[in-house]
Amino acid sequence: MIKKEHLPVLEGLVLEEEYSLTLRQLCRICTVQSEHILELVEEGIIEPRGAGREQYRFHTDSLRRVQVSCRLQRDLGVNLAGVALALDLLDEIEQLRNRIGFKTGD
Amino acid sequence: MEFKDYYEVLGVKREATQDEIKKGYRKLARKFHPDVSKAADAEVRFKELGEAYEVLKDPEKRVAYDQLGANWQNGQDFRPPPDWDGGFEYSGRGGGQPDEAAFSDFFESLFGRRGSADHGYSAPRAQGEDHHAKVFIDLEDAYLGAERTLTLSSPELDSDGHVRMKERTLKVRIPKGVRSGQHIRLAGQGNPGAGSGSAGDLYLQIEFNPHSIYRVEERDVYLDLPVAPWEAALGAAVKAPTPEGAVDLKIPENSRQGRKLRLKGKGIPGKKPGDLYVILRIELPPVSSEEDKELYRKMAREMAFNPRIKLGV
Repeated sequence: MIKKEHLPVLEGLVLEEEYSLTLRQLCRICTVQSEHILELVEEGIIEPRGAGREQYRFHTDSLRRVQVSCRLQRDLGVNLAGVALALDLLDEIEQLRNRIGFKTGD
Repeated sequence: MEFKDYYEVLGVKREATQDEIKKGYRKLARKFHPDVSKAADAEVRFKELGEAYEVLKDPEKRVAYDQLGANWQNGQDFRPPPDWDGGFEYSGRGGGQPDEAAFSDFFESLFGRRGSADHGYSAPRAQGEDHHAKVFIDLEDAYLGAERTLTLSSPELDSDGHVRMKERTLKVRIPKGVRSGQHIRLAGQGNPGAGSGSAGDLYLQIEFNPHSIYRVEERDVYLDLPVAPWEAALGAAVKAPTPEGAVDLKIPENSRQGRKLRLKGKGIPGKKPGDLYVILRIELPPVSSEEDKELYRKMAREMAFNPRIKLGV
């Protein structure tokens, strides 16, 4: 086993916050079927730009939304409408926490 | 190893119906789901719930677990009984399980290791899955850049064709200017492919640790700066901390409580750097001596100030 201090340092690529992901890329990154992504679009959980699945470009933030929605569906048995509501409320809570300077673990 | 009281974990009685077990699990899973809860131990609690539910939701496993008897306490030192026949070829990883939640030694001693080779990726040549992980960094790391050593576990086939969780350690550069919620892609660092298939990519989602003095919104950073009443009233040059080090800040005359001062470009760095907002919080000096009291009395006598004027009294 290589000692930790001798590990090479990996350089990653920061995904800019923009509408850059195709449907195929998003499916691959999140390991989901395109039908599932299209259902999320249908429900308004993620909102791509472009008309039609071939032209869809997804915002990089969709990565997080798709994954959280998959986990909520799988772990809590929430349906898509419930996932959409939960994601909106979670975003709102996050903003409010930020505004009052909420600190965790206090 | 420690005994796990799965009933206690799910908050149900030993004689609970399957329906009650499901309800108990769902209720606590909503509470401790790591995407929902900000509790520091949410992830650990959620894993425990998943393990407890995995056993109790399955009538066969539940019966086996119940055979251990009701006299065990959570956390008690435990060895499986000598005549224990695991008898469970446990082939998990169907739906319904948390990502890579390695179950406890206690679970494994009773039901064997989870995971089996047949979960759909048995094609001789398959591209490895992309792997996701969350990385917590301090706000200061976004200003300066940082290195992080991560330990990831990913499933790998051993010589018997069983899936084992294999750990690997990576050192990753966190570039300057990164923000909470952004992703970093490391090509080829995901799960290895099968056969000649290429490895997947690794995606790191960045999240900031809560900071004791700064708040972050997008690229902008907010700081509450305590000031003395005379600094706010008369104006002053004071020191203010920033994530890059202290700066001199000019407080304008007659500043009110909550006044926002913008330090342009002192937010999170980048092509379009954010701003740092300093919000003035006027601290009232406590009165501890006769001299202090006299100063306040002098103000009371000589300043025409009614703080309740807007209330019409």
